Amino acid sequence: MSYLNDLYQEVILDHNKKPRNFRELKEANRKAEGFNPLCGDKVTVYLKLENNVVTDISFQGKGCAISTASASLMTESLKGKTRVEVKKLFEDFHNLVTGKTGGLDAELELGKLAVFHGVSEFPIRVKCATLAWHTLQAALENKLEAVSTE
Amino acid sequence: MKTARDVAAPRASSSSSTSLDVHRIREDFPILAQKIQGKRLVYLDNAATTQKPQAVLDAIHSYFTEYNSNIHRGVHWLSQRATEAYEEARIKAQRFLNARESREIIFVRGTTEAINLVAQSYGRMNVGPGDEVIISAMEHHSNIVPWQMLCQEKNAKLRVAPINDSGELLLDEYEKLFNSRTRFVSIAHVSNALGTLNPIRQIIDVAHRRNVPVLLDGAQAAAHVKVDVQDLECDFYAFSGHKLYGPTGVGVLYGKSALLEAMPPYQGGGDMISSVTFEQTLYNVLPFKFEAGTPNIAGGIGLGAAIDYLSGIGLQQAAAYENDLLAYATRAIAGIPGVRLIGTAREKATVLSFVIEGIHPHDIGTILDQDGIAIRTGHHCAQPVMDRFGVPATARASLAFYNTREEIDALVEGIHKVIEIFDR
Repeated sequence: MSYLNDLYQEVILDHNKKPRNFRELKEANRKAEGFNPLCGDKVTVYLKLENNVVTDISFQGKGCAISTASASLMTESLKGKTRVEVKKLFEDFHNLVTGKTGGLDAELELGKLAVFHGVSEFPIRVKCATLAWHTLQAALENKLEAVSTE
Repeated sequence: MKTARDVAAPRASSSSSTSLDVHRIREDFPILAQKIQGKRLVYLDNAATTQKPQAVLDAIHSYFTEYNSNIHRGVHWLSQRATEAYEEARIKAQRFLNARESREIIFVRGTTEAINLVAQSYGRMNVGPGDEVIISAMEHHSNIVPWQMLCQEKNAKLRVAPINDSGELLLDEYEKLFNSRTRFVSIAHVSNALGTLNPIRQIIDVAHRRNVPVLLDGAQAAAHVKVDVQDLECDFYAFSGHKLYGPTGVGVLYGKSALLEAMPPYQGGGDMISSVTFEQTLYNVLPFKFEAGTPNIAGGIGLGAAIDYLSGIGLQQAAAYENDLLAYATRAIAGIPGVRLIGTAREKATVLSFVIEGIHPHDIGTILDQDGIAIRTGHHCAQPVMDRFGVPATARASLAFYNTREEIDALVEGIHKVIEIFDR
């Protein structure tokens, strides 16, 4: 039960019930879709990137509590971050959910995202926790103009 | 072993109204005694794969320790013994399905391979541009994709018979799909995602009146519903060993000999030939024409032992017990506020799919797992079914005759706990 309480912390349940930034972002200039074929979870991440800074971010999709809350908290954590900072945060987050310690600095950097530490006890759920992040990375890399009229 | 089963105690077990002594039967399955994270195992994922009785494990063990060798070619004693055991398993499968002849039993890797074999061999020979193949809206991906591949290659059309909100096939709509271009029907006997037991007699009848052959995907049915292929007159029947208390990697394709005779081989290689020169190859007779290469010998022998075991218990008795347990579980789970059953057909077998308002099945699965309760969560390789019911996934409990009412009670308690955690 304690592992479960660690996994399903109140913050996570809250973000699952009321996901933040859960909408299509009309002004997005990057977008990517991610899905987990194993479980059918789907997420779309919308990104507005200006001068390598995330000025706005949102998501839509369907998934379990862990993947929904992770996407929601991710969008909250990334506004105003540079690409380099985003990359570092994903690394720290990945270490956290796979049970690798990133050190005290990393934990401080993660802030609210640290609520996902319980995932490390459930290896099968790591994919749920990281789906939105992988999708974000795809959005950052493949430079697809989501709202392009071309 | 068999005789003990045959005289299974008439006294009703504590957990059922039927005469199956489930607590005695559970002793035959070593894995059921296991603790999962300190909790007793409640295994309710039998539609994914069933557990194996000691008799099956022993049969496989004795093949490897006493007579492991290749079959159908050696002159030595070991090879002869292995060949006999493997061919005996074929006869067991023949009797199990009540096929007319043992050469109508083709050993394959599983249901998926059986369907691919029919699609690639019968299908490629008989389906051409503009022709049509009928499946249903409740199929597993393995009874969709092989036909899609065939239709794509041949420029043929895949028609899908619809289902109603209970998950029952709409027979009238199914019948309307037939026309002069209909060449084949392939339909699940029991749906893996919904548990629906299809009216196969009518399905076959409708097709046969138009001279269209039918394949039944028996992956979820063979271990739970008595199948008599002669009585049904079905043209092909496929099932997997591992869902029938046998090992993985082995399954059966039954086909009417006349159809199989006319079909080209599926794969080329050893064992499926009678003579080879660089100019020409003469194919072997049935069933070997369809069994290229060294087969899963241990698997076949294990499957034979599983069929013996199941026959010992009595498939009909097991089914009666399972149906009783399914009714008990359905009542209990449907009664939990916020729970919605997916698949409420009048005729069902062993599968209980459900969703809980506001809680994703994965979270249900993780929380139940902490109590040692194993269920399946996800789309069950039936994404079109999920789309039909407007859910991304379901939680699925699936039963076998070794499950008990106590285990269903544990599941119900677990579901309450899930709701409690999410309602905090």
